[in-house]
Amino acid sequence: MNVSRRWLEGCLRRPLDATEVAARLAMLGVTCDAIEPLHPGLEQVVVGLVESVAPHPNADRLRVCQVFDGTPERRHVVCGAPNVTAGSKYPFARVGVTLPGGVTLERRKIRGELSEGMLCSARELGLGQEHDGILELQTGAAPGTPLLEVLPVDDDRLVLDVTPNRPDLLGHKGIARELAHGYGVPLRLPEIPGAPVTGLGTLRRVETRRAEVAGVTVGTDDPAGCRRFTAVVIKGVKIGPSPAWLSDRLQAAGVRSISNVVDVTNYVMLELNHPMHAYDLAQLHGPAIVARRAQPGERLTTLDGTLRELSPSMTVIADQARAVGVGGVMGAANTEVTAATTDLLIECAWFDPAATRRTRKALALATDASYRFERGVDLWGLPEAQRRAAELILATAGGQVVDAVDVWPEPTAPPRIFLRVARVALVLGESLPVECMERYLVAVGCTVLHKPEDARLAVEVPGWRPDLRAEIDLIEEIARLHGYDNFPTELRPYRVGRLGDSVLDRAVTRVREGLAALGWFEAQSIPLGPEPGPGGVKLLNPLSSEEAWLRQRVLPGLERAVETNWSRQVRDIRLFEIGTVFRGSESGGRPFETLRVAGVLTGARAPAHWSAGAAVDDMDLWDLKACFAAAVALANPAADVQVEAGGWVARLGEDLIGHAERLGLAPPAWAAPVFGFELDLNPEGRAPLRYQALPTTPGAWRDLNLVLTLEVTAAHTARVIRRAAGPLLESVEVVSDFRSEQLGSDRRAVQFRLRLRGADRTVRDEEVDQAVSRVLKAVEKELDARLRTS
Amino acid sequence: MADSDELRGRLAALETELVHIPSLDPRGLEAAEVRLLGRKQGALTEILKLLPGLPPDQRRTVGGEANRLKQVLEAAVVARKAELAQAATAAAARGLDLTMPGRLRHGGGVHPVTTVVEEIVAIFHGLGFARAGGPEAETEWYNFGALNFPPDHPAMDLHDTLYLDIPDRRGPAERRRNRSSGVASDFERRDLSDRREREQGRWLLRTHTSPVQIRVLQQEPPPVRVVIPGWVYRKDTFDASHAPVFAQIEGLAVDEGITFVDLKATLSHFAREFFGARTSVRFRPSFFPFTEPSAEMDVSCGVCGGKGCPACKGTGWMEILGAGMVHPTVLANCGVDPERYTGFAFGMGPGRIALNRYGIPDIRLLYEGDMRFLQQFGLRAPGELA
Repeated sequence: MNVSRRWLEGCLRRPLDATEVAARLAMLGVTCDAIEPLHPGLEQVVVGLVESVAPHPNADRLRVCQVFDGTPERRHVVCGAPNVTAGSKYPFARVGVTLPGGVTLERRKIRGELSEGMLCSARELGLGQEHDGILELQTGAAPGTPLLEVLPVDDDRLVLDVTPNRPDLLGHKGIARELAHGYGVPLRLPEIPGAPVTGLGTLRRVETRRAEVAGVTVGTDDPAGCRRFTAVVIKGVKIGPSPAWLSDRLQAAGVRSISNVVDVTNYVMLELNHPMHAYDLAQLHGPAIVARRAQPGERLTTLDGTLRELSPSMTVIADQARAVGVGGVMGAANTEVTAATTDLLIECAWFDPAATRRTRKALALATDASYRFERGVDLWGLPEAQRRAAELILATAGGQVVDAVDVWPEPTAPPRIFLRVARVALVLGESLPVECMERYLVAVGCTVLHKPEDARLAVEVPGWRPDLRAEIDLIEEIARLHGYDNFPTELRPYRVGRLGDSVLDRAVTRVREGLAALGWFEAQSIPLGPEPGPGGVKLLNPLSSEEAWLRQRVLPGLERAVETNWSRQVRDIRLFEIGTVFRGSESGGRPFETLRVAGVLTGARAPAHWSAGAAVDDMDLWDLKACFAAAVALANPAADVQVEAGGWVARLGEDLIGHAERLGLAPPAWAAPVFGFELDLNPEGRAPLRYQALPTTPGAWRDLNLVLTLEVTAAHTARVIRRAAGPLLESVEVVSDFRSEQLGSDRRAVQFRLRLRGADRTVRDEEVDQAVSRVLKAVEKELDARLRTS
Repeated sequence: MADSDELRGRLAALETELVHIPSLDPRGLEAAEVRLLGRKQGALTEILKLLPGLPPDQRRTVGGEANRLKQVLEAAVVARKAELAQAATAAAARGLDLTMPGRLRHGGGVHPVTTVVEEIVAIFHGLGFARAGGPEAETEWYNFGALNFPPDHPAMDLHDTLYLDIPDRRGPAERRRNRSSGVASDFERRDLSDRREREQGRWLLRTHTSPVQIRVLQQEPPPVRVVIPGWVYRKDTFDASHAPVFAQIEGLAVDEGITFVDLKATLSHFAREFFGARTSVRFRPSFFPFTEPSAEMDVSCGVCGGKGCPACKGTGWMEILGAGMVHPTVLANCGVDPERYTGFAFGMGPGRIALNRYGIPDIRLLYEGDMRFLQQFGLRAPGELA
């Protein structure tokens, strides 16, 4: 909502500072996104009196003027305007002044004649497009008077962010009402220059669906969509441009001036939040103008020149022959007011908010009117809007009111709400005097009746506040007008809740911190992507086909991150992400959501260091395996890592819950292979940590370099060793894996390191020897493995 | 029988050795230590061995002197040893360039938005709030209807919603009734006792974490105090200041006697904990369908300290969170008696807070996984020359 500071000043009859107004409104719940000064740069322009005009000696079209600008010295000014006349006053810009267009005036010679300043046209002052001549000022003000005192055009536009519950703030009167309370001034409508003394008076109320007004049939055949319909007939108007004050007002509010009558309807909308429409009476068939449902297949060319297909769920305004407007949304070109129009029918009606919203969505046609009807205009305020419009039309276009009617088949009274005085403190935590509550409610336009017998207030809500529907709404108004900052902020005792922390969320934190401690960085990616495969969940209204599906795996997002890093010459990448993946349920209904952990790794195993000539090995499959195992231990502690199908998987019982592999991404020549893993996050089955007694006896170790066939795995060999060595064996580690021609292509030598220890005594050499020989016997028998002899 | 005077004489002679100790070289020091303090044949040991031969009163005085001397000598030896060790290190270090970079390990780190989320959650933990969560795919009922969004209301325009292509299970009559209505109009308030009924309405990606309020209140009777971090979705084109997915933190406190003062106090406390003790806080009226009274909380701009700067658009304030007293209709929708219980709720965007706090100019940086970006917020020793 664009608000003019001057318009507000007209309502409050006091000068306002735009910044201060914005600050006050912010604390009342309306934020101001911007303050735009209008017509800036006119402060230094003054009234200049042209005392004499002489021809320019060297140019036919130029004149040399003597200008009195209030200072003792007269100024020589060369002027090209055809309308410059001695004895007239014009806006004068002295040397040194910068005009709104950015031009700074200098003393200079024009065709040999000195010019000290400029007599300005409206366009040069940013006040209009007219450039035919300089702007003659009809003023008694003395030369040298600041122009802004003669032409009060300077204004500020406040761009307000109005929340959808407050339609009343879509009009200047509503904004002014909010401010009036704080300033302690009454709220009135601005005076209209040239307004008639007697205006429209009351409208003839009719409680049927149809009525006649000056021979025109008007009304509503669709009381659900259009509950109330008012019409005023004004004859003998003269369509023309609006007076400057009116076009200035509209311009300040961001609306282009079109013609006096159209401008008036826009003015009333911007002042009172009542969209209205002016019809050319001569163009109405019947003549009639009624609200009704659209007929199947009915079409209408709206004012924007688009032919629109209507449906019977939409309310239209129609004459006897055809639709002439989409109710609450937009009028049609066929009955538009034109320069030839002399007789008007002004329609101001109430359209159902939800229906208007559905219609404008169906037509994809959002207008200032639909914006307001969707939010709710004042059902009880239509006559005031008509009176204001009539006053403005008579003042700007002349003519005479012939008749006015108010068709309201089922009149209702504004709602009444009961407010329990004690409830206010229960919600707000602060006891306020009841007089105080009453004052606040009256300030927003409520009528308050005391019901002392049961400590309640009966509150009649004004029609412009459709958001006030229940007691809690009134409590909010009391808090708002009291000022949120005026409530205390001391912490009071509270009870903690029954719910404990979510186990899953705690696990996520643990996994995240664990992976970060292992040298990984957490990434967060957009969980939308292209079709992920069977079971994918699709969006109905995606932003693009590339983001039309919910992800089923986290890894693809990290692969995209790897490519992003590569595109920026980043080679060493260690990323993980914890996020939700989605899978459709076969029966429809809720999609399955699973939390997953994924990681990618590529590039140097450690930061390069000069001590090794800055040479570092790249990460390989074995880095992946360790990372995967660590991630499984953190994220799914009950699962096991297994070798399967040439890679590693994690299984929880029978369920496959994760895998690790070299990824198919093709690295650029300077980058390294990429590895990745992904697994379910499931904290269940995490064994509680238990202390294990530290050994108190010295241990012994032996290395066994075993020649194994290629079919025999290290894990299998270790199992055989463990079983054969007996209880003294503490651990088995792999020290090396050696292959050579000498061993043959089907064998390798794997060196195992066995650590042995007695639980309560020092292990004896003979015991170690016996264990080793048991191991050697067993591996030879079971694995055909023997000690390597060098 | 030992002679105490003789022993005193020997002690005095040993004492003269003290002056030499600070100038001994390592070998000389070692020899002196053995000669004077040696446990088997050291001069002092020899003297101590003779003490039992003295009469008891002399034994005490001479013994005392001998022990004092022993301590002094030992201290002198230790001091000289330290001196020599230091000199040795310094000598070894000559030729070592200590500005050369140290040997680093790969550091890791959590995402800056996570850091913000965890800090916020920790502060509310301290105020008795537990951490809760809920699904990201929701029904219109949970995302809008239960939260008092009226059907076909402009409040919906603030929530550009991504809908899921999942068939709904309503009867054809009901579908027909709603066909003409626009987006987001299809839910209606339903009988809360029937879970299946409640699950109806179209499927969507939650536009805020507020549906979890409903789930928590349905699950547990008050008192309830929870914070709910999570991802939310909007149909927003990905640009410098909008992302289709972003983090949000919701908070909810419901009990008997909770008031607007509690809301202000709790959130002011949070703001001072999070943004610093000298942060100013203000509350402005606002509008959310699911709270009333509704408020926005601003904190004094961290860049200019409240004087006004481009970061705060000259206002001196930063908008941080939306909050309000839980609307009675929302409580009733969850089966909580709004006459008996009141509560407050709040929501904020940790992503936006992270952008502000770290001066990140473009929200897309949060989603790219650029290592250089993430490393700025992780554990990393500086590898530069110093």
